[in-house]
Amino acid sequence: MEVILPIANATAAAIARVSAAFNAPHARAVVFGIHIDGHLVVEGLLIAAILFQLSRKSYKPPKKPLTEKEIDELCDEWKPEPLCPPIKEGARIDTPTLECAAGPHTTIDGKEVVNFASANYLGLIGNEKIIDSCVGSVEKYGVGSCGPRGFYGTIDVHLDCEAKIAKFLGTQDSILYSYGISTIFSVIPAFCKKGDIIVADEGVHWAVQNGLQLSRSTVVYFKHNDMASLASTLEKLTHGNKRTEKIRRYIVVEAIYQNSGQVAPLDEIIRLKEKYRFRVILEESHSFGVLGKSGRGLAEHYGVPIEKIDIVTAGMGNALATDGGFCTGSVRVVDHQRLSSSGYVFSASLPPYLATAAISAVNHLEENPAVLSNLRSNIALLHKELSDIPGLEIASDILSPIIFLKLKKPTSSAVADLELLEVIAEKVLKEDSVFIAATKRSNLDKCRLPVGIRLFVSAGHTESDISRVSTSLKMVASSVL
Amino acid sequence: MVRLPYTTALTTLFSYGLLFAFGQLRDFFRKLIDWFRVKDVKGYAPICLGLEDFYVRRLYLRIQDCFGRPIASAPDSWFDVVERYSNDSNKTLQRTSNTSRCLNLGSYNYLGFAAADEYCTPLVIESLKKYSPSTCSVRVDGGTTKLHTELEELVARFVGKPSAVLFGMGYVTNSAIIPCLVGKGGLIISDSLNHNSIVNGARGSGATVRVFQHNSPAHLEEVLREQIAGGQPRTHRPWKKIIVIVEGIYSMEGELCKLPEVIAVCKKYKAYTYLDEAHSIGAVGQSGRGVCELLGVDPADVDIMMGTFTKSFGSCGGYIAASKEIIQHLKLSCPAHLYATSMSPPAVQQVISAIKVILGEDGSNRGAQKIARIRENSNFFRSELKKMGFEVLGDNDSPVMPIMLYNPAKIPAFSRECLRQKVAVVTVAFPATPLLLARARICISASHTREDLIKALDVISQVGDLVGIKYFPAEPPKIAEADHDKLE
Repeated sequence: MEVILPIANATAAAIARVSAAFNAPHARAVVFGIHIDGHLVVEGLLIAAILFQLSRKSYKPPKKPLTEKEIDELCDEWKPEPLCPPIKEGARIDTPTLECAAGPHTTIDGKEVVNFASANYLGLIGNEKIIDSCVGSVEKYGVGSCGPRGFYGTIDVHLDCEAKIAKFLGTQDSILYSYGISTIFSVIPAFCKKGDIIVADEGVHWAVQNGLQLSRSTVVYFKHNDMASLASTLEKLTHGNKRTEKIRRYIVVEAIYQNSGQVAPLDEIIRLKEKYRFRVILEESHSFGVLGKSGRGLAEHYGVPIEKIDIVTAGMGNALATDGGFCTGSVRVVDHQRLSSSGYVFSASLPPYLATAAISAVNHLEENPAVLSNLRSNIALLHKELSDIPGLEIASDILSPIIFLKLKKPTSSAVADLELLEVIAEKVLKEDSVFIAATKRSNLDKCRLPVGIRLFVSAGHTESDISRVSTSLKMVASSVL
Repeated sequence: MVRLPYTTALTTLFSYGLLFAFGQLRDFFRKLIDWFRVKDVKGYAPICLGLEDFYVRRLYLRIQDCFGRPIASAPDSWFDVVERYSNDSNKTLQRTSNTSRCLNLGSYNYLGFAAADEYCTPLVIESLKKYSPSTCSVRVDGGTTKLHTELEELVARFVGKPSAVLFGMGYVTNSAIIPCLVGKGGLIISDSLNHNSIVNGARGSGATVRVFQHNSPAHLEEVLREQIAGGQPRTHRPWKKIIVIVEGIYSMEGELCKLPEVIAVCKKYKAYTYLDEAHSIGAVGQSGRGVCELLGVDPADVDIMMGTFTKSFGSCGGYIAASKEIIQHLKLSCPAHLYATSMSPPAVQQVISAIKVILGEDGSNRGAQKIARIRENSNFFRSELKKMGFEVLGDNDSPVMPIMLYNPAKIPAFSRECLRQKVAVVTVAFPATPLLLARARICISASHTREDLIKALDVISQVGDLVGIKYFPAEPPKIAEADHDKLE
């Protein structure tokens, strides 16, 4: 108690002295009619101090750009990688060279072989009428068309071919492209831009993947040919998301998948598409001229009206035995591509003799529907005969003209699998003169489906050809595997 | 280089502004009218929203008849253009069966192989009968025939590289090769006016893309120094490799590339070079071997040479020529080789015969004659046009010559008037060229005779006066020496 009292007294005295100083008459000045109290001076000094600090630049470490000499040194010491990686030992670069047309029987190295490596589904290679029409076309128009479609590269046979295909399929219009794989990777970026949503099958082939990448849209893959996975993906994307109604949405599927031979269930896809309001882009390269009662493709096969599919594309290098591709749909869809599809606008048009070949091929298909029944019986026969090969199993659908054989017991890496399959293919060619091909994957391909041996069945194959290939495959497979 | 006078720029901008305003007015009325019409596609977002296709709907459709003109014969020096009419002010065009025979100044027919040729066509027909129009198969499976291997060796020999590989389409060649050569972590430096196929290939590869000013080796050096010193974006790690892509002849400018300087810069900084000779192979050079021969560059200095067969050889397809290792690597990994149908055998035979004619191996000297004729024709035509006062771009010896039009109204005027006088020209506008720089592009062929060229010059001069595109003063006609003496 005795200590606190003097301290309290001293504090009170100090406060009294300070307030007296502040309240002293000289502390009150009147400048321009404003009373200036003492505390205003302190506040003024504080404001001055704050302003001084704000006006000073903050400390940044000084930026020193590289001098010319330093850039020279960096350029000298930079070492680039070689332009291409070194080739692995034993990589197969040379492929068997044909010495005549790639029909059901062809010649390799002077020997006659049975050819199951060409996608000549309707057997139109070597057809006399088609070749005659092509000869007439070459004599009239020359070989190349010497210009893009916009600059005098449109020849009347192109317009006739487009009209013919549209009439054959029952669509409003169609557009021709000059190369098979450029069709799909030009169509997708023409319609899908940044910000759109695309749902695609994970087993689509490289050209479709390239188109999806070039379109810069959001791409979501669903499990290969699995409708439940597709339904759940569509549900997830549209559930509760109001924004999705304003952006364009597409489903991209192939009718017959090149990488596995599966057939897409179109009726299910159309049902899902109408429920969730997506547009469908259907890639029909291997089903045009094959599926359906008269060869009109997957839509006829499932009895779906062709108007329900928004965009149909196909390469003509398979059933129609020519080159190039087409895309068909409504007038709006086709007209849009004539100015915004890069593979159409910036590239020379299809050589006229190939367009003539396409017209003749479609005519032939319309006049001889018997080729389709030949093809189907061949496929069924081969399917039956190959169902009991040791070590290989059929992964493709029973209707598909591509018979896809994959290893029953795959090794750990795709490269080793491919090596095994190539050995089988080589032995089959050397020992039994049967020409088949194993699927080869580019390292840029993102598809993860298993590799296998592909057999392309043609309407021109005879029963003896089919029994030859099946016996030879059985023998070689049992010896190698 | 294009020198755009101020008055022309102002009038062109004014024209485009007027067209834009009218287009917006029409769109507004269309929206009003559509308000009352029932929409039949519910729930789907439209294919093109709002302004995305404004240019197509309101500007391009007005002059649609100048583009995409169908022809009914081979694209030779004279051809038949199909007449079309429209019932709904150019929205749709119907074909008639009438044709008019016109002089062809638009097709890429540099050496005159477009129509039936006396040496090539019989061989093509023979190969058609032997190999059929298509092999229906990819190169690695069953699509390689003897013709393909023969052509690959011939192309490699012609261009001067150790080996070559073929593809069925020029566009696909560029878009599928560039991703094989460079991927993420690499740098592509391409000329600002490169073709769409190169842009697509560069985008698809995943590498970083930088652009240098058109045909400027100094700017290329600047960009290279900056990029090598800076490294990859954000991580600043060194680049894995750098590829510089240039073209031999730029098709919209008609200019040759400054190849020796570009090669020197690339060698100094250890960048790889990729030369796209789509328009120059077969058309320039002493023996038709392209810009390397014309500018005196050793083909071994260019790492990868690409070209197409559409222009000078009258066929279709493309090739890549490079060292053996690179070609082997491409054959193993390029998607266009592994997944695309192989080139059609008759087209391959056409190229083989065309190259043999050019090299003189068919036993005649028609090849050398063609090459000399195209050089003469191009130089004659270009100098005459310049004398008349047109603004012509491009270098000497290049068979592509753009004539500047600038104004959007002059494009259909020039094109339609020339067609009426039986000369078919190609006019190019936005988006293939910058907005203000519309032009008419002439492609000279070795099959044009001197009379054809003189007729073309007459017509173009007349139409040029009518349309008003002689932006430079014309040279006065020289008085003949004999008359001069007579006066004295």
